[in-house]
Amino acid sequence: MHRILLLCLAFALLSTPAFAVNPDEVLDDPVLEERAREISSKLRCLVCQNQSIDGSDAALAKDLRVLVRDRLKEGDTDAQIFDYVVARYGEFVLLQPKVGSHTLILWFMPIVVLLFGIGIFVVKSRNAKVTKTASLSDKENEMIANALREDD
Amino acid sequence: MIVELGHFALILCLSLSILQSVIPIVGARNGNAGMMASGTWIAIAAFVVIALSFISLTYAHVASDFSVNNVWQNSHSLKPLLYKYSGVWGNHEGSMLLWVLILGFFAALVAMFGANLPPQLKANVLGVQGWIMTAFLAFIIKTSNPFDRLQPAPFEGKDLNPVLQDIGLAIHPPMLYLGYVGFSITFSFAVAAMLSGRIDAAWARWVRPWALMAWIFLTAGIAMGSYWAYYELGWGGWWFWDPVENASFIPWLTGTALLHSALVMEKREALKIWTVLLALITFSMSLLGTFLVRSGVLTSVHAFASDPERGVFILVILIVFVGGSLTLFVFRASELRSGGLFAPVSREGALVFNNLFLATAAASVLTGTLYPLVLEAIDGSKISVGAPFFNMTFGPLMMPLLLAIPIGPLLSWKRADLWVAVQKLYFAAGIAIVLGILALAFVEGTSVLAALGIGVAFWVMVGALAELVMRSGIGRLDTATALRRLKGLPGSTWGTAAAHFGVGLMMLGIVSVSAFEEELIKRVAPGEVNTFAGFEIKFEGLSPAKGPNFIEDVARFTITGRGVIDLEMLPTKRLYTTRKMPTTEAAIETFKFSQLYLSLGDPEPDGSITLRAWWKPFVTFIWLGPVMMVFGGLISLGDRRLRVGAPQKAASRRKLANA
Repeated sequence: MHRILLLCLAFALLSTPAFAVNPDEVLDDPVLEERAREISSKLRCLVCQNQSIDGSDAALAKDLRVLVRDRLKEGDTDAQIFDYVVARYGEFVLLQPKVGSHTLILWFMPIVVLLFGIGIFVVKSRNAKVTKTASLSDKENEMIANALREDD
Repeated sequence: MIVELGHFALILCLSLSILQSVIPIVGARNGNAGMMASGTWIAIAAFVVIALSFISLTYAHVASDFSVNNVWQNSHSLKPLLYKYSGVWGNHEGSMLLWVLILGFFAALVAMFGANLPPQLKANVLGVQGWIMTAFLAFIIKTSNPFDRLQPAPFEGKDLNPVLQDIGLAIHPPMLYLGYVGFSITFSFAVAAMLSGRIDAAWARWVRPWALMAWIFLTAGIAMGSYWAYYELGWGGWWFWDPVENASFIPWLTGTALLHSALVMEKREALKIWTVLLALITFSMSLLGTFLVRSGVLTSVHAFASDPERGVFILVILIVFVGGSLTLFVFRASELRSGGLFAPVSREGALVFNNLFLATAAASVLTGTLYPLVLEAIDGSKISVGAPFFNMTFGPLMMPLLLAIPIGPLLSWKRADLWVAVQKLYFAAGIAIVLGILALAFVEGTSVLAALGIGVAFWVMVGALAELVMRSGIGRLDTATALRRLKGLPGSTWGTAAAHFGVGLMMLGIVSVSAFEEELIKRVAPGEVNTFAGFEIKFEGLSPAKGPNFIEDVARFTITGRGVIDLEMLPTKRLYTTRKMPTTEAAIETFKFSQLYLSLGDPEPDGSITLRAWWKPFVTFIWLGPVMMVFGGLISLGDRRLRVGAPQKAASRRKLANA
C-alpha cells in the first residue's frame, strides 16, 4: 500500500501538472457540472496535503474527478457517489467526516463547549446576585454606582 | 569565521537566557533590587547576542556560503538577492532562529519600555521569558542547528522551494511570528502575576498594549499569508483551513478574546480568572502551532514516529509550559476574588458573549485540526477533516458574534437596556435590511443566504460607526461642534470602530466572492477572443522567457471592457531549473475593489493553452478588512490612556484622595 502511494506521489510530482479542472472534463449539462464541482470540493485528493480533488493538479485527483462525473452521468445521487468513493478509497477520502461513534467528539465539541460556557456564566452570575443582596444595602449600592460613574 | 561567531553567539545567548531565567526571579523572591534590575540588562544583552547570531546566518545566505548545510539546502548562487535574505527563514532551522530572535526582541522591549512596571513584576516577566528562550535555544542547538558545516563544501546550492520565492513569503513569516511569539509576553505577564500573587486591574492595563501589539502583527501576518496563497498557489483560493493556517488562526481567536476580556478586567475588575487563563491559552496555542508545523506530524503521523527527535523535543517544551502554567493557575485561581458585579445585559455581558463565541470557535477549530491526528494515533483509522467541516461549524458560530458587534459598544457598563441600544441602531439595521433586499431583487444570482450575508456585513459596518456618531453628537449638535467632538474622541473609540468596521468589510468580501464569483475554464487558441464577465479576453500567444533561476512560458492576453482597452495580462508557467519544479504564476488585475484573475493550465503542441479565468467581485475587501483591523489596533495603541502606565494614574488619584 505504501509503495503504491509513493509511486502515485512520484508520478504526481514528475508529470507536468494537469490543471485542476480541465476543459475536457467539464460536463455539457451545467446543472450536472455544478453538482460535480460541489461533490469534488468535498473529496480529498489522496496524494496531496489537505486539498480537494477540485483544486488539485495530481493525476489521481483527475481520475477521481472523471469518476465522479461518470457516476453523475449514470444518474447516481450525491449520496450514492459518496458511498461509492468511500467504498473504494475509505473514509479518508471525505473532507467532511461522517457523523458516527468515532466522530462524536469532533461534531459535538462546539455545542458542548458553548453550553458549558453559558452554564458557568449563569451559575456565576446567580451566585453573584445572592452575595450582592446579602452583603450590600441599597444605599451602599448607590454610593458605589456614583463612585463608578465618576470613574468613567 | 563569521558563521562560527554566529554559532558561538547562539550558545552565548543560551547562557545569558539561563541567567535571565534565574537571577531576576530569585531577586523578586528575596526582594533584592539589584538582582531584579539585572534582568533588564541580561534581557537586552541576550537580544543583542541572538541578533548577531541571526545576522551571521543571514550573511552566510547572502554570501552563498554552501559549506553551511542550511545554505546549501535552501539557496542557490543565482537566486535573486531578496530571496537570499528571505531564504534565511524559509526553512526549519532558520525559522526557529527567527522565532527565538523575536522572543528575545519582546523581552528586550519589556526591559527597555517597562520602566513603569513594578520592579517585582518586571523581573518575573523577564524571568519567565528567559525560560521560554532557554527551552527553544536548547531545541535549536540540540536538534536544529543552522550553523552545521559540510565537508567538503558543495559547489552549488539546491535552491529554495520556488513557491517560497516570493515577496509575500519574504514578509509573511516574520509578521506572523511577531504575532504569535508576541503573545509570549502576555503569557509571561500571566505567569509572573501568578508567581507574585498580584492580579488586578492594573495588571490588565499593563498587559493590554502588549496583547494588542501581538494581535496587530498576527492579524497582519495571517492576512498577508492569505493573500500570498491567493496569488501564488494559482487557483484563487484565499483560505484553505489547512492545519498550518489553523495553527496561526487559533491563537488569533483566543488572542482576540483576550483583548476583549482584558478590557473588562481593567475597567471593572471582573473576569480576572478567565483573562489570566486566556493569556496562558493563547501562547499555549502558539506553542501547539509551532509543534504541529515544526514536528512534521502534519505530513504524516508515521513520518513523525520514524524521526521523532524534533517533535518530541517541542512536545516536551509544550507539555512543560502548558502543564506547568495551568498547574500554577489551578493553585492561584482560587485565591482570586472576582470584582465588579454586572447584569447579563451590560457591556461586560456583551464582552462575555464575545468571549464565549470566540473561545468556542477556537475550540472547534482546534478539535478539527487535531482530531485526525489523535484518532489515527489511537486506533490507526484515518479520516480527513477539511474545509467543508470547518465552514459548517465555524460559520454558524461567527453569526451571533457578528450580529452583536454593533450592540456591544453601545451598552453601558454594569447594567444596560438592550432595547435602548438596539433602538440607537435603527439606521444601521435599516441600511442592512434595505441592501439585503435590494441585492436579492436586483443582483442576479443572489441567494437568500447571500442576501442575509450582505445584510449582516452592512449591519456590522454601519453599526461600527454608530458609537462615533452617538458620542460626537452628529445629527444632534451643529456640525462644527459635532466635528470638534468627533476629533476629540479617544483613540480607543476610533480604534474599536475601525477594527469592527474591518470585520464587516471582510465579511462583505467573503460573501461577495462566494456568491458572485464567475469562472471560465477553456482551452484557447492563439487569436481567440472569449467574452467573460463583461470583458473580452484575447489570447495573443505563448512565448518562452528566461529568469535568473527559472525558465517560463509567458502567455499574452489582451483585455478589453470595464473601462480598459487592450490591457495586457501575462500569466506564466515556470519551471525552476534546479529543483525541476513547475509553478503557475497568475496574472491579477484590480478593477476598483474587484479582481480579474488569469491562470494557466497545460499548453498544447498546436499553441493553444488551458485558461482559467475568474472574476472576483470585491475580493480585495477580504484583505482590506484586516488592514482596517490592523489600523484600528494601531490607533488604539496610540491612545495615551493605554500607553500611560496605570501606576502613575493610581498614585495621583491616591494623592488627591489624601489631600
